[in-house]
Amino acid sequence: MSAADTPLNDLLPRLEIGHGFEIAVDWARANLRPVFRGIANLVESLVEPLADLLTAPPAIVMVLIFAGLGWWLRSWKFGLGTAIGLGVVAGMPFWDETMNTLAAVLVASALALLFAVPLGIFIAENRRASAVARPMLDMMQTMPAFVYLIPAISFFGIGVVPGVLATVVFSMPPGVRLTELGLRQVDREVVEAGEAFGASPRMILLRTKLPLALPTIMSGVNQVIMLALSMVVIAGMVGAGGLGEVIMTALDRIQVGTGFEGGIAVVMLAVVLDRLTDSIGARSAAAKAQRAMQEA
Amino acid sequence: MASALLIGIPERVRKIGRNAWPGYPLGTEIVSALIVKSLYKVFGNGVETAVQRLSKGVARDEALKGLRATAAVIDANFEVKRGEIFVVMGLSGSGKSTLLRMLNGLVTPSHGTVEVDGTDLTKLRPAALRKLRREKISMVFQHFALLPHRSVLENAGYALEVAGRPREERHEQARNALRMVGLEGWEQKLPQELSGGMRQRVGLARALAAETDILLMDEAFSALDPLIRRELQDQLMDLQAELGKTIVFITHDLNEAMRLGHRIAVMRDGRIVQIGTAEEILTDPSNDYVAQFVADVDRTRILTASSVMERPLSVIDVGSGPRVAARTLRETQTSAVYVTGRNKRFLGTITDDVITRAVREGRQNLDGIVSAEDAQTVSADTPVAELFSPCAESPHPVAVVDAAGRLAGVIPRITLLSALGSIGTDIPNGTTKPTDEPADEALLVPVTTANGEVTAAEGDSGTGPDVAGKVPAQAGDTRIREGEQA
Repeated sequence: MSAADTPLNDLLPRLEIGHGFEIAVDWARANLRPVFRGIANLVESLVEPLADLLTAPPAIVMVLIFAGLGWWLRSWKFGLGTAIGLGVVAGMPFWDETMNTLAAVLVASALALLFAVPLGIFIAENRRASAVARPMLDMMQTMPAFVYLIPAISFFGIGVVPGVLATVVFSMPPGVRLTELGLRQVDREVVEAGEAFGASPRMILLRTKLPLALPTIMSGVNQVIMLALSMVVIAGMVGAGGLGEVIMTALDRIQVGTGFEGGIAVVMLAVVLDRLTDSIGARSAAAKAQRAMQEA
Repeated sequence: MASALLIGIPERVRKIGRNAWPGYPLGTEIVSALIVKSLYKVFGNGVETAVQRLSKGVARDEALKGLRATAAVIDANFEVKRGEIFVVMGLSGSGKSTLLRMLNGLVTPSHGTVEVDGTDLTKLRPAALRKLRREKISMVFQHFALLPHRSVLENAGYALEVAGRPREERHEQARNALRMVGLEGWEQKLPQELSGGMRQRVGLARALAAETDILLMDEAFSALDPLIRRELQDQLMDLQAELGKTIVFITHDLNEAMRLGHRIAVMRDGRIVQIGTAEEILTDPSNDYVAQFVADVDRTRILTASSVMERPLSVIDVGSGPRVAARTLRETQTSAVYVTGRNKRFLGTITDDVITRAVREGRQNLDGIVSAEDAQTVSADTPVAELFSPCAESPHPVAVVDAAGRLAGVIPRITLLSALGSIGTDIPNGTTKPTDEPADEALLVPVTTANGEVTAAEGDSGTGPDVAGKVPAQAGDTRIREGEQA
């Protein structure tokens, strides 16, 4: 006997959640067109020039630039590793797609952080807002990534814009969470010291809390970028281009080799971005202080 | 009565009383730096109701019945004088930290007023309150609360940075403050590179650099190990004497409270149960709680040399000759004479063998035979705990000199030991007895004889020259001891 046949099931009404959502989306489409147009223009004006910039020089020059960055931020070993990793990517026939993906990831991450960090600060200061935000963040993070694409297409059509915006929504939660966590972890007494010496809340936030929370916030940034990267590939489904499209095409045509190559390119990009953002966090004064504390 | 051994404390208190307010010549009226009136802090719901019930004197548990509230501070009333070290002592949960935080508005009182230099800070808006904190009150924290990502110098200058002073000026002032706490040369280090004691010195320097008159210290030394704690206590007392800051010091350590506090407030379950000097609290605890609290205080740290010393018997003037010295020795049955000069200034001792030789050689004066090194010298306010090594090292009773260098008394070894014996068992129980000659009483050791009588054992060891039994004031004291034992 299947569950649907149980007479008790009649007691539960069919909830028209999806229908309600459709109505909301339709209304937004009908009434907020200028807003969407503006957002689309903004995203396009960010992603396209960046993609052009990244694809302009020959692949070998870009590889060297990244290697140099890795050397400067971390170590010569990491610089060398970056050169090898991206060299492998450059040796495959879709360097331009890789750079397009990178541009989309960077823009999406930047936009996500633009919302995530202030929101994280706000809910760290306000318990009630935190109580409201937490379940929403949970929802944003656990909602299957593909689901974001559907309203995004409906608002923005096919292309890079819905991909980037779905990515922004999907990758934002860890940025908010880790900002909140970092701020809450700041030693209560240190904050109290600021208050006791007459510092304003703003001054305490800027000169005490944020610097001390920076290592945690940076690991949030790192996670946002990683999530964005994973999402951008999915966004290939809606015509966002880049490596996502390479992989989707390979999937359609069962091209095992091409799919694997596209996957390798994503992995290399992920490793380089992860280590680079990680080292930016590690260079902050607070992170140095933390290390000094562990050594002592 | 049984507090005979505590009589030394008024001496210390009097001394502090003289020196406590450096900026204010004797006789000037000392204004209160802080006035706290019927101050309450109730956390949770039903704050008004709780305060109302508590203010009628209802016991805490009773008053909070049916309310989801906790009362941290109940009806606190006190004044802190300028240049005073006011210690608030209580166990954890007694509300002392909350009380302290209401003094600078970090915790908003539920009821009552806190006046700082005549301004009631409970009435201030946030911006005005911050201004008041910048200008009048600074704070030192239990776990130092330094900014880990800033250098020692920047931490010390934090208050000035908050106040928006130019960089040069705040570094200059921070450097001065660091010098005052003995941290010169550590300016560029990070706090993590310093030991706990040094970090708290930075915390202290930060508060000093703020140049506020009032310093709040929240269990400031509790996280430090005992030796470092002592060192910092000493430093704090020195700084206070030098700068005349008003200090409100929170601690759960009674010894610390007794050592630092000009006055001490004892807190229990949110209420201040007694305010008084260390001596008042030890000798006249207001209730059983305080009595129990002070029962295990290390009295050797509170009592001073002046409370256990005895009247020196074999004293001669430097102008007299060897024969006078020899006669004094014979009369007092001692082995050394204490020589004093003009105004009774203590000069040194002469031992019996030296005197005998001088007499045999027919010398007419004491020139060149007075030894300043022979007997150890301690000052009158040395705690008993620090008398052991001088007493052990000195072949003769240790000489006690007062601030002017006059010979105030002597402490034979047996006296110290006897005093120690009774310190351990002496717990004050209420009635105090005015005593004119406290020092004499100190050397009594209650001894229960076979038939149950209590007598005073005389400090007669055969080696000690100052025989207790010779001090006339004793009979009465013995009686008192008997009374206590019975």
